[in-house]
Amino acid sequence: MSPKTLYDKIWDAHVAHEAEDGTSLLYIDRHLVHEVTSPQAFEGLRMAGRPVHAPDKTIAVPDHNVPTTPGREDPSNMTADSAIQVAALDKNAKDFGIHYYPVSDVRQGIVHIVGPEQGWTLPGMTVVCGDSHTATHGAFGALAHGIGTSEVEHVLATQTLIQKKSKNMKVEITGKLQPGVTAKDITLAVIGETGTAGGTGYVIEYCGEAIRDLSMEGRMTVCNMAIEGGARAGLIAPDEKTFEYVKGRPHAPKGAQWEAALAWWKTLYSDDDAHWDKVVTLKGEDIAPVVTWGTSPEDVLPITANVPSPEDFEGGKVEAAARSLEYMGLKPGTPLSEVEIDTVFIGSCTNGRIEDLRAAAEIVKGKKIKEGMRAMVVPGSGLVRAQAEEEGLADIFKDAGFEWRLAGCSMCLAMNPDQLQPGERCASTSNRNFEGRQGRGGRTHLLSPAMAAAAAVTGKLTDIRDLT
Amino acid sequence: MDKFEKLTGVAAPMPMINVDTDMIIPKQFLKTIKRSGLGVNLFDEMRFDDDGNEIPDFVLNQPAYRNAEILVAGDNFGCGSSREHAPWAIKDFGIRCVIAPSFADIFFNNCFKNGILPIVLPQEDVDKLMDDAQRGSNAVLTIDLENQTISGPDGGEIAFEVDAFRKHCLLNGLDDIGLTLEKAGAIQSFETKAAQERPWV
Ligand code: SF4
Repeated sequence: MSPKTLYDKIWDAHVAHEAEDGTSLLYIDRHLVHEVTSPQAFEGLRMAGRPVHAPDKTIAVPDHNVPTTPGREDPSNMTADSAIQVAALDKNAKDFGIHYYPVSDVRQGIVHIVGPEQGWTLPGMTVVCGDSHTATHGAFGALAHGIGTSEVEHVLATQTLIQKKSKNMKVEITGKLQPGVTAKDITLAVIGETGTAGGTGYVIEYCGEAIRDLSMEGRMTVCNMAIEGGARAGLIAPDEKTFEYVKGRPHAPKGAQWEAALAWWKTLYSDDDAHWDKVVTLKGEDIAPVVTWGTSPEDVLPITANVPSPEDFEGGKVEAAARSLEYMGLKPGTPLSEVEIDTVFIGSCTNGRIEDLRAAAEIVKGKKIKEGMRAMVVPGSGLVRAQAEEEGLADIFKDAGFEWRLAGCSMCLAMNPDQLQPGERCASTSNRNFEGRQGRGGRTHLLSPAMAAAAAVTGKLTDIRDLT
Repeated sequence: MDKFEKLTGVAAPMPMINVDTDMIIPKQFLKTIKRSGLGVNLFDEMRFDDDGNEIPDFVLNQPAYRNAEILVAGDNFGCGSSREHAPWAIKDFGIRCVIAPSFADIFFNNCFKNGILPIVLPQEDVDKLMDDAQRGSNAVLTIDLENQTISGPDGGEIAFEVDAFRKHCLLNGLDDIGLTLEKAGAIQSFETKAAQERPWV
């Protein structure tokens, strides 16, 4: 048998039909659904009189536009249009008989945090969701990617997707990370290297010592942003850490099934001489704590650098950089560590897990946030929130002056009331710094949870290594 | 789905790279449970100021391009989220074809599901069409999907590639779900086999 990559293996195990030109019907093991990209899909099913093909493999949770303040179980505490979308999801979940975690359930949270937490996401699976950050689940060695609403309807109706296979790309991070450097810095550094279109047409497998050394939480952070590099999906081969994380979760296999699953999962790695269409290698020790300065996730620089000038770039990027700097209100040559911040957001499916909150709490412990700063922590799920309360992290944040919120996407995309005002500048642990992403006219700097916490304390973008 | 065969229309130039889905349709318009009516919000933050007045400089606000049916843009068009509201808004505005040197993957897929033709061309060809598009209301292009050609205002022709299956679906207005359900047998046998091999799923 010819050598295969991990992606090849998962792909081959899920092709239900292949046409001569390579167009395939890929079988989907898990379909995650949220309130914003699904109403039109369910409406389509109703109009055609079609049922959900595999309700048992379909899991729904409202997250994108729900408020993160108390009292949200009462729809009158939501904006009218949010309440309509949440009510539509409530009804669709019930009518079509799919698994559902309503806002009143402690297990509710961001769909990409709930899936792994509940053991819905397992190695070797195909996982899709009407959300581009579905790549997160790739951390388990699952082939996971975002789809549009027409495809949501297609998966609901047929449990398959019409797909053509992507190319294989290997991103290797060798060696060890320097102190203060995190999974977020790795994933941003990779996008800085490849550009936001560098992964287009590929599925990325992240490997190398620095990736192996990451916790499951860190691996999820890395895979989460594969889409920001343009890739369809990001994968990490499962290992003992993966199995350990999965074991005992509510929907993970048990007993003899666990043994059978484990035996298969252990075959899920890229063969030594597998073919790669593209290879990118970064040295772990070369990666610094980074921040973004512009309005594209590829606008990444080490915190020790200065704001660039449009002349530093070539081609279409010259104009794009000029536009970004204007939007961001930044002057070329200014040290990034002198950029003042007025809002800090810690949360999102990139960095809303317990480990992220621990890293941030370690920085703010015993300190106060800068006067006038608005800082908020939005745990990725109700269970993360509960655990953080139990570990005393919530008190650390509250004592420092942070708002301690309920779970949801919140200011990652600002579809709920958590938004930036025009001109406000935010240090954010989320994944997109597009114009208007966190509120019209709002300015976003992406960074790690520890760096965000440091910015909350000092009021500026801050090199975490100066603070510890 | 609407068929796409031949389209003759005004092409609007948008010489920006990385036009993202937040620009195409900002999130405040994602709270709808319908597919229609999003055209008025297309490119909202670039098209309208805080008071809802048109920003005259923006290309689709200029008299020559108000009825544009084709968009010519820079690299990596449609990057960002999976929101199908982006192609819904484009289509609802009246644009049926987007031409760029490259597209983001999910957006590219979403276009085909909605009767929009995204065309990838080498940078030189896009530059030439961008030039054509900048000629205002003379910027009429004809897209012929059957023959895979774009003809410009001066009669020149550019050929383009398109996946054969997607071309077939667009030309005939075929609905993916209907096509897939014809293969229900294959899906069922896959499920039977998978239930034996991976019963824990
Ligand atoms: S947290 Fe942000 S990126 Fe993640 S699913 Fe929610 S909106 Fe999308």
